[in-house]
Amino acid sequence: MTWQLDIPILTLVVVCAIGAITVKDLLGSAILFGAYSFMMCLLWAIMGAVDVAFTEASVGAGVSTVFFVAAVFRTTRRTKD
Amino acid sequence: MKILGLIIAVLTGTLLIYTTSDFPSWGDPSSPASTHLSPHYIEKTLEETSVPNIVTAVLADYRGYDTMFETTVIFGAGVACFFLLRVPRRKEPVERLYRHTLTGMTLRIKDLDEVPENLDEFERIDTLWAPYDLIIKTVCRLLIPFIQLFALYVIAHGHHSPGGGFQGGVILGASFILLAVSYDLRTAKERLREKLGGILCAVGVLIYAGTGALCLLLGLNFLDYSALASILHVDPITARSHGILIVEIGVGLAVMATMIWIYDNISSEGKYEEGL
Repeated sequence: MTWQLDIPILTLVVVCAIGAITVKDLLGSAILFGAYSFMMCLLWAIMGAVDVAFTEASVGAGVSTVFFVAAVFRTTRRTKD
Repeated sequence: MKILGLIIAVLTGTLLIYTTSDFPSWGDPSSPASTHLSPHYIEKTLEETSVPNIVTAVLADYRGYDTMFETTVIFGAGVACFFLLRVPRRKEPVERLYRHTLTGMTLRIKDLDEVPENLDEFERIDTLWAPYDLIIKTVCRLLIPFIQLFALYVIAHGHHSPGGGFQGGVILGASFILLAVSYDLRTAKERLREKLGGILCAVGVLIYAGTGALCLLLGLNFLDYSALASILHVDPITARSHGILIVEIGVGLAVMATMIWIYDNISSEGKYEEGL
C-alpha cells in the first residue's frame, strides 16, 4: 500500500465527512459530500478496486450530488438544527 | 438528544475500529477469503465464461442472483420517489414567462386562456431562472452525444474493462439530467417522456429476471446462462459471456430510467412543470 498517497487522502476523507455533517449551509454540505465521494473513489482506485472506484465516481460524486442540489433547490438552504 | 447520539456514534465507531484488528491484513494471501473461493474465480473464470474481467463475471454470472435484486432495489427507489413526490393532478402555474427569441424580450402572461398554441418566435422559460446562457447550452449540446456514446461503450465493454450496466446506466442517465439542467425540464421530457421512462425502468428489471426464467425453462438453474446456448447457436461457454451482456443491458436500462425518474420528481416537486 502506498502510504504517502493514503495518509493525505484519508485525512481529506475525514475532514470532508466531518465538514459535511457540521456545515450549516446545506448546499455546501452537498458539495462536501461529493468531495468525500471523490476521495473515497481515489482510495478504491489506489487499492486496485477499479470497478468500485468507477461506481463511486459516477454514482457517489456525480448523480447523488445532483440529487442533493435538486432537493436543496426545492426545500431550504439552511438547516434547522 | 444530540449528545446521546454523539456518544452512541463514538461508541459504535470505537467498537468497529477495535474489531478491525482481528481482520486479516490487506491483501493477505493466506486469509480465508483468498484461500478457498478467490483462487477458483481467478483461475477458472476465463475458461468457464470466456470473460477476461473477473469482476464482471462474478457480478453478473457467479453472483447473478445478488445483482438481480440490486437492480430491483434501484427500481424500488425510483417507484418510491414517484409515489412520494408525484402530484397526480396537474396544476397550471399562475403565470408563464415567454422569451422573444429574436430580440431577447421577456413577456409575462397572466391570463393563460389567451396563450396561442403555436408560438414560432417565442420560447417558454422557467419563472425562477430566466437568464439566456448561449455558452452553457451550446457546450452541453455538443457534449451530450459523446457522454452517451461513452456510456454505451462502458455497458458494452464491461467484459474487458472496468464498468458494466450500473456505471454505464448512471452515465447515460446523467447525460439526460445534464440536458434538463442546461436547457429546462420540458426539453428533456420531449426527448424521453415520463411514461416511456417508467416503462424502461420495469423493462430493464424484466430483461434480467426474464433471462433467468428463460434459463429455468430451458432445463438448467435460474440465471445459468449456458442454457442459452441452444437459442444463441453458440457453445455453452460463449453463451455465458453473451448472457452476461444481455443482463448488463437490462441493468443499464433500469438504472438509466430510474436516475432520470428520481431527478425529475425531485427537481420539479413532482409537478413536471419547471425543473432545476
